[in-house]
Parts: sequence; structure tokens; C-alpha cells
Amino acid sequence: MNPIIEGLEKAFELIISLDPEVMSITFLSFQISGLSVLLGTLIGIPLGMFLSFRDFFGKRLVVTINSTFMGLPPVVVGLFVYLLLSRSGPFGPLQLLYTPSAMIIVQLIMAIPIVTGITLSSANGVEKSIKETAISLGASRIRLILVVLREARFGILTAVITSFGAAISEVGGIMIAGGDIRWHTRVLTTAVVLATRKGEYGMAIALGIILLFTAFLVNLFLNRLQQRGVSR
Amino acid sequence: MSGERFKKLAICFIKHIGDTMKKHIAIILGLMILFTGCVGQKKEPTKMILASTTSTQDSGLLDYILPVFSEKYNVDVQVVAVGSGQAFEIGKKGDADVLLVHSPADELKFVDEGWGVNRKCVMYNDYVIVGPKEDPAGIAGMKDAVSAFQKMAEMKVTFISRGDNSGTQKKELSIWKKASIAPDKAWYLESGTGMGNTLTMTQEKKAYTITDRATLASMVDKLPDLAIMVEGDKILLNPYGVMAVNPEKFPTINGKDAMNFIEWIMSDEGQDLIASYKKGSQQLFIPLHGNCMT
Repeated sequence: MNPIIEGLEKAFELIISLDPEVMSITFLSFQISGLSVLLGTLIGIPLGMFLSFRDFFGKRLVVTINSTFMGLPPVVVGLFVYLLLSRSGPFGPLQLLYTPSAMIIVQLIMAIPIVTGITLSSANGVEKSIKETAISLGASRIRLILVVLREARFGILTAVITSFGAAISEVGGIMIAGGDIRWHTRVLTTAVVLATRKGEYGMAIALGIILLFTAFLVNLFLNRLQQRGVSR
Repeated sequence: MSGERFKKLAICFIKHIGDTMKKHIAIILGLMILFTGCVGQKKEPTKMILASTTSTQDSGLLDYILPVFSEKYNVDVQVVAVGSGQAFEIGKKGDADVLLVHSPADELKFVDEGWGVNRKCVMYNDYVIVGPKEDPAGIAGMKDAVSAFQKMAEMKVTFISRGDNSGTQKKELSIWKKASIAPDKAWYLESGTGMGNTLTMTQEKKAYTITDRATLASMVDKLPDLAIMVEGDKILLNPYGVMAVNPEKFPTINGKDAMNFIEWIMSDEGQDLIASYKKGSQQLFIPLHGNCMT
């Protein structure tokens, strides 16, 4: 049978039957990507705002480095995190290697530059007149930042959506740091790799469809947030 | 606009974020905690990391035998399936407790250098040389793998190597060496991936490769154009060894479960279980009962 059709059928079957392994894999995928994007947002937005508001020596270099890091190769990050968390590495005693935490660290490292970069450019894109008006009206620094944040919210949600997309579809880095251990660190993308390696193309396609479908639901939710933000 | 208005704006903004985001964040966090709970609940088994090769995982052997051991010793065995080369490196960094690999020369070196202890010969299967049914190199039915390799080089047929430092590639390289041939990149391609992917590539490119019988058997219906060309040569035997990572090297190693695992897999129960694993009607691994072949 054609693996694509087989995959569609299988995906349907897996979703209907609530297969416990596929369920746990799917939840873990979203748990890891969700948490890393959440943490990345909490760190990246202040960083982006800081870069937008403050001038300091070497700022251009920092911004350029950040832009470069927006395209960090995940495998390299994974290897880096592996070496740090290895039992014989500097953070070995924490025993984090081959755990979901290690995978969150990998994705967090990738999410921060994306959120920082997009926040920075959206904050810089806020019309000068708005900032000037606010200042001339005697707005304090904090108020000014809040005003700019509000004006830039569309772009900031774009940052969240982009980094979530990068995180949920990532495979190389979490494979190295997480180890793709069944029931523990296997997520949708690494399960697709395993199924492909086994030649179970139908299963691989099915898992891919589940990934797309659930990512679609998350984006639907984020986009609604974004739209509501616009109409307000 | 006045300062007051700004204040209102800011408050409204914070409230707005507060209302919508609080609800969503609460839901997200709640779900996350819930799921962590689901994944993590069990009667506190001890944790043991087994670094093994893609062939034992992809053939389904580990999923077949490990639950029996886990149940008996209340150990949560976590499998990291990589190429044999990487498995040794993971062991040397103390990131695995026990290794199940197939690269005898490296295994002995690993033990000699003090990284591994209690090495035992567990089981074997064998490699076969596969190629397109039309067999442009004319090696089908040859009994000698080394001369088959020589003939392939002579005919310059495409050969696909794993290229990933795995046990399979080590075996392949040792045969090229025995044949005194330095493969030419015009016809020698390195896939850099696991056995399954390499076989698929071989099928697509109508090339030749060397594969373990277990992976081939598990994928045979996806490889209609390939056939076994050479099999049964002694050089093609593929023995698997198990060994514990030396607990004296790393204090965090779970040496106790590693030793239990080795004892169990070498026991009659473990060995019989391995022998009883079949794909279709074909037995994939043959127990060695500790009799190393070399």
C-alpha cells in the first residue's frame, strides 16, 4: 500500500484509539516545547526590550551575534548541552542528561535568540511619534516601555509562534541530549526518525500528521490571541 | 492626552494581559503539571541506561526482552540507541551504565583500557551482502565475502556504506582491508545514517551494501528490488557483547543493576528469550552462552 495513504489511515486509527504510547509522546512533545517557549519568552522579551531601549558600547555586535544565534544549528546546541550535562561534564552531578529537562535546555537556548530578535525589531518598529508623544506627556521609563510593548504585541506573539514552530519540529538536538528513550524522552519528531529508520513509513507519516494537527491547534489558539490583540 | 490617560491606558493594558493571559497560563501550567504527573508515576524503580546499537532496537529485540528484566528486578531500563562508535564514547563519558554492542575489537579495547568490566558474549547474527536482483557485479552465490568485495570494486558497482563508525561499518571496512582495496569515492557512497535508511538508499540507487540479517528481515517487504548475494562466510558473523561501564571510573554509575542485567541476559532465561525472538518465522539472534567466537 502507498505509505502516505497508509499513514493517513494509521493517524486516524491512532487518534481514535488514544494509543497510550502515542498520547504520551505527543504530550511530552508539547510539554517540552511549550515550557521552553514559555521560559524563552520570559527571558527573551526583557532582553529584546533592553536592547531596544538602551544604548551601550558594542550593542551592534550583540545584536549581530543575536541574529546569528537565531539560526543556531540545533544539532550543535544538542551536542553542546550533551557535553555540559554529561556525567563527566561540568554539570554532570545534576544528572540531567537524557531527561526532558535536558531537552528543554536545548530548545530554550534556541528560543531565546528568536524571541529576543523579533521583540527587538518589533519594538524598534513602533512609530517614533508614539514614543515621542509618550515622553512629551511625561511618561516614566516603565510606562514608556509598557506603551511600546503594547504597540509591539503583534510582533511579540509572532516571536512566540515562530519559536514554538522551531521547537516542536526540532529533532537533531533533542535526540542527542534526550537520547530518544522510550516512555521518557521520545517525542513526536524523534519517533518519526525511529519509525523511518525501521522502515515503518506508514507509522512515520501518521506521527507526522499528529504533529501537524496538534501544532495547528496550538497555532489556532495563538493566532486568536493575536487577532484579539489587534482588534483591541 | 494627559498623564492620567496614560495611567489608565497602562492599567487597562496590564489588566488586559492579566485577564486573558492569567487564564491561559494557568491552563497551560495546569496541563503541564498534570502531564508530568502522568509520565512520572511508578513504584520508584531504579534507573539504568543501556547504550545499544540501532540494530537491536530497530529489529524490536530490546522491546521484546527488556520488559521481562525490568519486571523481575524493578529496574527502569532506558535505551539510548546509537551507532556502536557513539555507544563506546557515551560509556567513556559515564553516561551509560551498560553497553550492548557489536564490535568485538573495540569491545576488547574498551575493557583493556579500563572503561568496561564483565564483558560477556551474548549472541550473534550474521551479515549478508545484498544487491539488486539483476546483479550487475555478478557476485550472487559467491561463498567468499572478500572476493565478492574485490569483484564489486573491479566492476565499479555502486556500494553504499553506513559511514557512521557503527559495528556494521567496522565490519565492512575490515573486509575491504582484507581485500586490499581502498574504495574509490566514484562508486563508494557513505550514507551516514542507520541500517534501515542505508537499505532504503541501496534499494533506490540499485546499489550493493552489507547489512545485518535482522534489519534486512524486518524490512524485506519494503525492499522488493534487493536480494541476498553473499551469505554464510565466517567473516560475516556478527557477535554482540554486553559489558558494564566500570563503576570505579564514575561514582554515579548504576553498577549494581548493570551487573544484574549482565547476569540475567547470560542466564538461561535471558538466552532462551533471545532465541525465541522471531520476525515472521525467522529467528533473528542466536544466543552464544558466553562462548566468544574469536
